Parts: sequence; structure tokens; C-alpha cells
Amino acid sequence: MTSTDAPHSLGLVVPRDARFDQPLALDCGRTLDGFELRYETYGELNAQRSNAVLVCHALSGDHHAAGHHDDADPKPGWWDVCIGPGKPIDTRRFFVVCPNNLGSCRGSTGPLSRNPATGEPYGPDFPIVTVRDWMHAQAALAEHLGIDTWAAVVGGSLGGMNAMQWAIELPERVRHCVMIAVAPRLSAQNIAFNEVARQAIRSDPDFHDGYYYRHGVVPRRGLMLARMLGHITYLSDDSMRLKFGRELREGRLTFDFDVNFQVESYLRHQGTAFVDRFDANSYLLMTKLLDYFDPAAPFDGSLVEAFRRIRAHSLVLSFSSDWRFTTARSREVVAALLEAKRDVSFAEIHTEFGHDSFLMPVPHYLRLFGAYMGSITT
Amino acid sequence: MIRPELDRVAAWVAEGSRVLDLGCGDGALLAHLRERRAVRGYGLEIDFDNVVRCVARGVNVIQTDLDQGLAEFKDDSFDTVILLQTLQAVRYPLNLLREMLRVGHEGVVTFPNFGFWRARAQLALGGHMPVTPGLPSQWFETENIHLCTLGDFESLCRQEGITVVERVVIGQGQRQGALTRLWPQMFAEVAVYRVRRAQPAAQIATS
Repeated sequence: MTSTDAPHSLGLVVPRDARFDQPLALDCGRTLDGFELRYETYGELNAQRSNAVLVCHALSGDHHAAGHHDDADPKPGWWDVCIGPGKPIDTRRFFVVCPNNLGSCRGSTGPLSRNPATGEPYGPDFPIVTVRDWMHAQAALAEHLGIDTWAAVVGGSLGGMNAMQWAIELPERVRHCVMIAVAPRLSAQNIAFNEVARQAIRSDPDFHDGYYYRHGVVPRRGLMLARMLGHITYLSDDSMRLKFGRELREGRLTFDFDVNFQVESYLRHQGTAFVDRFDANSYLLMTKLLDYFDPAAPFDGSLVEAFRRIRAHSLVLSFSSDWRFTTARSREVVAALLEAKRDVSFAEIHTEFGHDSFLMPVPHYLRLFGAYMGSITT
Repeated sequence: MIRPELDRVAAWVAEGSRVLDLGCGDGALLAHLRERRAVRGYGLEIDFDNVVRCVARGVNVIQTDLDQGLAEFKDDSFDTVILLQTLQAVRYPLNLLREMLRVGHEGVVTFPNFGFWRARAQLALGGHMPVTPGLPSQWFETENIHLCTLGDFESLCRQEGITVVERVVIGQGQRQGALTRLWPQMFAEVAVYRVRRAQPAAQIATS
């Protein structure tokens, strides 16, 4: 059996591009004259157009959420455990839309795109977009696909924050909002980690103030370091202990600065693999977008006031081993939804996989998520 | 949960009111109240399987350990707070009673009466911890760690300044027969109480 004909796999999926020639006014004050979004869809939109689910990706995610791009590809989309026939987001019931978001480097308009003003890639001149800007671009895609109201907007981590923004900002267009492993805004510690990641990239001699394309190089070491740091925060102490412990790569200490422990080898591998698929300017931009996310800000810092706009039913899920966005952060969201008298359910899932748990086939998680999605009328 | 208990609780909940169900189980009561009385509310539940059942039927449920209190809820944020067959299973029953009347205008509490004649007879004559339809588990596996009698509960209410607005007792076989009405302390298997703070919260706050 190939990777694409497993019983619960979507099989082969094909990305598409949508071009929008309308101007998009951004939060930073600048305007994009037009933009492109690469996206994938799974399942069929029903006649009432009432079964559409928007899947929002996280920091380094993209439009390829489920299924395979070709038969030989062993790796399915990033949320294949949750999307497909018989899975929590059941593609036999739902029409799933997953766009790559603005500022990314995975096919939608971003720093790698050609700046019409110069004919060169935007690079560091690409505007710093926000989660609200993402949402407005996604709303344009929804119109393009003929979707007035989402049955649900769902996501984990930054994707869950994207879902939260939808529920607050365009409340009449969201029936259910699923926020997994989120925080209502980043903590100082979260921002600090992002800043170290940015400094790693920006201090790489190959960075050239972001114009590295012109020099035919990429800031490999900086981006690798940024990813290694990020990756530590996505895992947990327990998961690293279980996966690597203090296991030595060559069975003995070598008394040099090469890789001694398996965990070092793993992190270096994660870092270098990331450099091959992600652009440094996009990474800088994504971390900034995450830092800036604060839907309470326009409401004098009151999350409760922001949430009073919500019409959707919400599901909030956290993971016991997540120290990046802890259960306490999810409970801040829940407490504000309760005070705002909104419909909400919440559970903490026990796992050892840390923040990345939302991508993992954790049985309790899939069962609860599936039960919630199953309760949504289409 | 037995039928007369459910009916009684449902009758005390006003149409369209806001309800918090502590230890909501599979969400059956909230689903019933939503459909019959247009009630909006939330259930709190610790058991994961029950949380899944609530979510599957579209009942709002917050996974919560009631022993941690109700800190996420503001004062007076509910019309009625319901505590069915749960008071005896929590670690800090008094704390939970105070909390439920802090967040709710009114409380509905039900519990198995430990003064039920069969319980008394088994302890007094049999010399063992009672096992009855209302208290089906052996002492070493029961979740019930704070059992009380009708008299115990009512004296606690007096001590705490909690007003008992109404009391309904249900006897053996879920009946509300003459014996049960005549001598509830002895013949009630389950007690259903409707309680309130003796003074409204606002007065307490200003006094």
C-alpha cells in the first residue's frame, strides 16, 4: 500500500492559487495592491454552503494540511491526523479550506514575491502583516469560494489565535471557533524567545539586512539557530527525556564540540531541514506577527469586551505538557468567554508532547475534537 | 440520577435562566433544561469521558476539579447553580456550598440521605457500612467521602446563614409516600434542597 491509499487518508491533494486584484489595507498603514493565496480544499461544499471549515496554520505551517502531494511522498500534510474521512474534521461532512497566509514563503504573497515597485523580491520591505490582515485575506478567499459563513474556524497555536480573531472581528460569519493550545496574547517570555530567534537570523553575516537574495546566499546558520530554539519550546522536558534522554551518539564522550548527545543531533537536523523549506524574512515576519497579536488591545485591553462581540460557540483545548502556551493561558481565554457569557467548552488533554501535541495523534485529543466537530450541524 | 429528582430540579429552574451545573456528568440535565426551558448554561465536570459526552450533545462543559473552587466565575453570574449527588463526593463541601451561592442567586442541592432507615439498620444491626440503591458502592471503593443526613445538612445551612427555600424528599423506590413525608429523616433516600443566601450579595458587600 502506498502512503496515499490508507483507509483514512485523503489520498492525493492538489494546491490551488487564487489571485485577488483588490487592494488590501494593512494594519501597519500600508496597502497591498493585490495578493495571491495558495490554498487546498478537501471534501465538497454542500448546496446550502453551510459545511465549510477554515483551517488556520501556525507559525511555519502552510496550505498543505492533509493528504499527499504525490504517491512517493511519505509525509502527509501537517494536520493529517485531524483532517480526512473519519477523522475529527471529517471530510465526508465538511468542506475544508486551508490557505497559506500572507507573508509566508510557501506560495502566497510574501517576502519572496516580486515587489511591483522594484521588480525584485520584497525581502525585508514586505510589510509586517498582522493576524487581522491574515483574516481579511482569508475573508477574500471565502468570498471567492462562495462561503458566507464558516461552520467552524479552527486552528492550533497561532492558528487558534487566527480563529479567535475571526470570531471577534467577523462574528456573524463564524458559527464555531476551535482554539487549540492558544494564549490570548504572548507573554514577555514568549516574546523574549522570539527576539532571540530574530537576533540569531539578523546577526548572521549572510543576512545582509534582509537583502540576501541579491548576494546569492541565505542566512542558514541564523535561521537554523532560530528554528532550534523554537523547537525546544515546542517540545517538553518529559518528551525530550523520553525521546533522547542523555543517549550518546557514538556511545562515549568525545571531548570536543561536535555532536555528543542524540538531542543535539536531532536539533541540528530540525534546524537544517527547516532552512531548506523556509525563508528567513518570512520567519522574522511570522514571529513579529505573533508578538503583535493582542485582540483585547482595541478594547482597552479587556479580553471580556473583545469577546462580547463573539457569536460563535467556542471549544478551547490545552495540553498538560505545553509550557509555551500553558493551560493557564487557555483558562484566561475560557474565563473571559465565561464572563462575556459566550458559549464555550474547555478541556485539558494529558500528553507529554508539549506545545506540538496539537499535531500529534493523541487519542483523547482526537476523540474530544471529533465529538465537538460531530456536534456541528451542517 | 433518578427521575423525580430531575423533574423537581427542572421545575425550580426558571425559563430562559442562566444555570451552572456542578458535576454535570454526561450533560443530560443541561440538555433537558436547554430543550424544555430554553436555559443557557455550563456544566463543570472532571471526568474526561463525561466531558466528551457533553461536547457531543452540544452542552457547554468546562473540565474542572470542583475541589479547586469556582474562581473563574464572577459573583452572581448565574440564576441557579445545581449540585446533584455531588456534595458528598467533593473534598471541601462547605467551601463548594459557599462558592455556589457566591456565583449563583439560588442553589439546588441533592444528596443521598445517610440517615435513611436502611443505612441506619445496616450500620446499627449489621455492623457494616451501608450499601443501598442510593449508596451502591462498598466503603473501600466509594467516591462518597462526606456523607451526611438531612439534619446535618440543615444545621450546616443554619450555621452558614443559608436559607432553605424548599425541600423535597424522595423515599425508597423513588416514591414520595406518606411515611417519607411524615418522617423524612428516616425514610428519605434522597433529599432535594432549594437554597439561597440569607441576605442578597449586595447587602453583605455594604454591611
